[in-house]
This record gives sequence, C-alpha cells and structure tokens, in this order.
Amino acid sequence: MTASEHRTDPAAPRGRGAENAPAAGPGAEFAPRPGPAPLPRMIAAQSALETRMLLRHGEQLLLTVVIPTLLLVLFSAVDIIDTGDGGDTVAGRVAFLAPGILALAVLSTAFTGQAISTGFERRYGVLKRLGASPLPRWALLTAKSCSVAVTLLLQLVLLCAVAFALGWSPAGGAAGVAAALVLLVPATVALSALGLLMAGTLRAEATLAAANLVFILLIFGGGVVVPLENFPDAVARGLELLPVAALSEGLREVLQQGAPLPWGTVALLTGWAVAATAAAARFFRWE
Amino acid sequence: MRSEPAVAVTGLVKRYGDTTAVDGLDLTAERGAVTAVLGPNGAGKTTTVETCEGFRTADGGDVRVLGLDPARDGAALRPRIGVMLQSGGVYPTVRAMEMLRHTARLHAHPLDPEELGERLGLHSCGRTPYRRLSGGQQQRLALALAVVGRPELVFLDEPTAGLDPQARHATWELIRALRAAGVAVVLTTHLMDEAEELADHVAVVDVGRVIAAGSPAALCGGHDDVLRFEGRPGLDLASLDAALPPGARAEESPAGHYCVTGAGGPALLAAVTAWCAAHDVLADRITTRRHSLEDVFLDLTGRKLRP
Repeated sequence: MTASEHRTDPAAPRGRGAENAPAAGPGAEFAPRPGPAPLPRMIAAQSALETRMLLRHGEQLLLTVVIPTLLLVLFSAVDIIDTGDGGDTVAGRVAFLAPGILALAVLSTAFTGQAISTGFERRYGVLKRLGASPLPRWALLTAKSCSVAVTLLLQLVLLCAVAFALGWSPAGGAAGVAAALVLLVPATVALSALGLLMAGTLRAEATLAAANLVFILLIFGGGVVVPLENFPDAVARGLELLPVAALSEGLREVLQQGAPLPWGTVALLTGWAVAATAAAARFFRWE
Repeated sequence: MRSEPAVAVTGLVKRYGDTTAVDGLDLTAERGAVTAVLGPNGAGKTTTVETCEGFRTADGGDVRVLGLDPARDGAALRPRIGVMLQSGGVYPTVRAMEMLRHTARLHAHPLDPEELGERLGLHSCGRTPYRRLSGGQQQRLALALAVVGRPELVFLDEPTAGLDPQARHATWELIRALRAAGVAVVLTTHLMDEAEELADHVAVVDVGRVIAAGSPAALCGGHDDVLRFEGRPGLDLASLDAALPPGARAEESPAGHYCVTGAGGPALLAAVTAWCAAHDVLADRITTRRHSLEDVFLDLTGRKLRP
C-alpha cells in the first residue's frame, strides 16, 4: 500500500489520512473519508428535519391546526348542521364531532400535507438530491412517516384538549382509547401512502390542487362533520368505504357509542393501507 | 484495484425518445485530479454526469464509478461520492446552515459544517431559507453539500454558473484543495477559463461525443502564438520576416499595427524585440497571446450559434 492508497481507504483511522496526504496543510481536511452515518442516526436526523420544516410551514399549520380546531369549535358551539341524536346540546355535538375531527387531523397531515410537501420536494429536485445521499430511499420514507406520526400526535393532543374544554366525555374508557389507536394506525398508513402516491405521480401543482380539493370534499363527504346517514342511501354506502369515512365512523362507534372495536372497519382500513402502499411503491417516481 | 480510475466510461449511449443525447462517449477521470467535461449547452454533459451518479441508466456502453456500476451498486456507491446538481435539490424552506449541518449528519466522518460554511461564506446567510438565498449563495450551498461528507469523488455540474468573481475564486480554491487532498473531481462547464484554470484533463464534448481530450496544454499546443505591437507605420516587413524563427511571419494592418504569428512563443518575442532594437523601433503595446482553450473549442465545434 502506498501513501496515496491510504488516503482513499475509508477504513483508515482518523488523522492518519491527513498526515499521509501529499499536500498536508491547507485543504488536508478534505482527504477522502467517506461513509454513511449509522442508519438510526440518519433516520433520526431526517425525521427531525422533516418535522421541523412541517411545523415551520404556515399553510401546513393552517391545514393541520387551524381548520380542524375551528371546525370543532364552530360546529360544537353553534347548531349549524344536523349531527343526529343529541345534536341539540354542545356536549352532544362534541361527542359526534370530536371523532370526526380526529379523523380529519389524520387526513390533513398524513394525506393532504404530506402529498403537497412531497410533491414540491419532488418538483424542486429534493428527492433526487437525497437519492444521491447516503440515506436509502426506504429510510427517507421511514423518516417521512416518523415526521407524520410526530405531527399527528401533537395534533391529536391539541384537538383532544380543545374537545375536552368543550365538554367532551368520550365513551369506552381505556378500552375505547386502545380501540381508537387500533383504528388510527392503519388509517394513517393508508392515507399517508395515498398522499405519497399522488405526490409521486402527479405534477406538484396538480397535487396541490387535488389534495386540497379532496380535503375540502371529505370534510363534508367523509363523515367528518356531516353524518353519512344524511346522504341518500346509495351515496352513503359508497362514501363509507373511503378511509376517512371509515375512520370517523369507526372512531364514533367506539368513542361516542362505546361499542367494542369494529373489526370490519379495521379490516377495511388495513386493506386500504396494503393496497395504497403497494400502489405507491409501484408507481412513485422520484423525479 | 486501487489504481483504477475514479470514473471509466466507455461507449456510453443515452437516448430520450428519438433524441440521442449521448452517442458513444468515452471519459476517464483519475483520482487526485480535476477532469473537466467541456461543451456547449445540450452537448450531453449533464446526462453523462447523471448517468455516473446513478440517476439515469445507460442505453449502451459501460460505466464504472469507483469500480462500481452506478445503476446496480448505487447503495454502495452513493456514500462515497459527492454530488452537486445544476440547480435545486434543497427544501425551499430549509435554512442554509441547517441543511449543511443536516447533510453532515448523514455521513460517518463529515467535515466540520461550521468551518466549511465559513470557508464558502455561508454563515452570513446561515439562517436564510433556501428559496430566499441569492443564486450565488444557492450554488455555494450546493457545493458545500457535495463535499461535506468527505467523498472520494465529487461531481460538480456547472459549479460556478452565475457566481460573482469572489465566489468563483472561492469555489476554485476549494476545488484545488480537494484535488490536493486526493479527491477525484469531475466538473462540467462551458467556461473555457474555468477548464483552463482548474483542469488536469479536459474532455471536449459536442453532440454527445468527446471530440477532443487531453491536458489543457496539450489541447492548446501545436497552434501558432500571436504577437502584436504598434510602431511607426511602414516598417520593413521583409527584413523583420527574415529575422523571425522559421515559419513565422509579420503583417501590418492597419497602418502602424503589426501582427506576428508563428510557433515558439519566447523565441518569437525575443526575435521581434531584437529586430526592433536593431532598427531603432520603439515597439508599443506589445501583447502576446497563446492559443486558448476557447480557440480550440471554437475550432472544433464551429463558431455558428447553435439552433
């Protein structure tokens, strides 16, 4: 091994490479010493970065915090729409609305927010550039999921606090909370994958428009603030198959009515999660 | 294994639909050297570099980067190379130094991002979101991101496009430091002075092929030097020609402006000044010019504007 071979050896101990470099002195710190950081460190760093940027983004906060909170407060305080039985008191309306708004939170962060930000990252070449970094693509997606999970958790805490302040008293106790989590996980995976599918196939502007349109339509058509039974029967049968509607209705069964975990809904959401993940993995384009 | 070149491309072909962007291109880049891929816009420079980086798959030919196939062994290759894209590649809302620190964290033994940021003048705009950085600041950040992981090989796609003179020189200094430290640098440029200033090896690319390759000196060699001076009109050119090295000749156009062309640079200058001294001519505004890479480039690719 010659001195110059030492320099390019990634396994060479620190410092030695610089000593052996022919031009030690200014610039010797550039002596090659490549290598990826340990995977957990990369994923943690990437998750932290993605989360920071998500929380820093104004429009994103409008979508994830302001709109769901406003809807919850407004529709609870004022009797605007028919929320079914018990809709004549604030507590009754909150009992109906809170599960729907929690579902909306998942839709806003996992689907709409993620679709828009990923769509523009793709358009600006961020995904391409990261593709040339040591971070594997699956690790990037893992980091994105972690960032969605952290944001969603903050959102759920905030929205539950607002709901409690409005007099929410969810049914079901600890078992109800556990059942709600069992519903939330596959729904988040499904909506997240659908958001990535959209971001990875459409142009960024089209994603922006479509993701916002879907968000607004599903506020009203996804069982979030309007009970699905208010729709004509045939339409309601179709709508209740959508992941958001399935999630809001499922959460409502558990947290409003105190019913046991609806396994049919869990199966439906899991089906969505599997299909959407497969489609995203198949069709996502990085450039 | 270690003595193999950092980049070895032979017969690369890349088509986009009916257009052949790269048409049998050969390129070799050595470790500890700067290789410039020089060519007009649309010559296939970026396609070639992006194939080496693993962003595109070749339609033909063989591509070896650090002994690996970028299309197949991307995962093993990526941590060892640094990439500077021509534009973009950074989150619009991320702050300049935040992105640099983050990228450092993805590597096992990165450079100190603070020192690197200092060196490239990124600290003054360290808290500015990427989309509000000037074009030059974005370029410098992209360069910093490419080298922070201490790669063996860096690809720089038009690294000084749009930079002011100070930033350009800071970039050149950094590239020289990389070479001195044993890093292989492959850069694309359409700036002749950049290639002449930095490169150990230049590959001139046009319409998807390498039309000339070698050191800047070798590419510029074999051409006549040009010496100009001013003096009183109507000097005896026949006498001057006789005093010049073989093959060189003098012309007067317009009156009082003399142009001497011929091989042999220093000897040519000595012959002209000796003749002037002997004939009591005070030569004014003497200038000499070697054949530049720009002349070579224009000779090879033609002087017409491209469609």
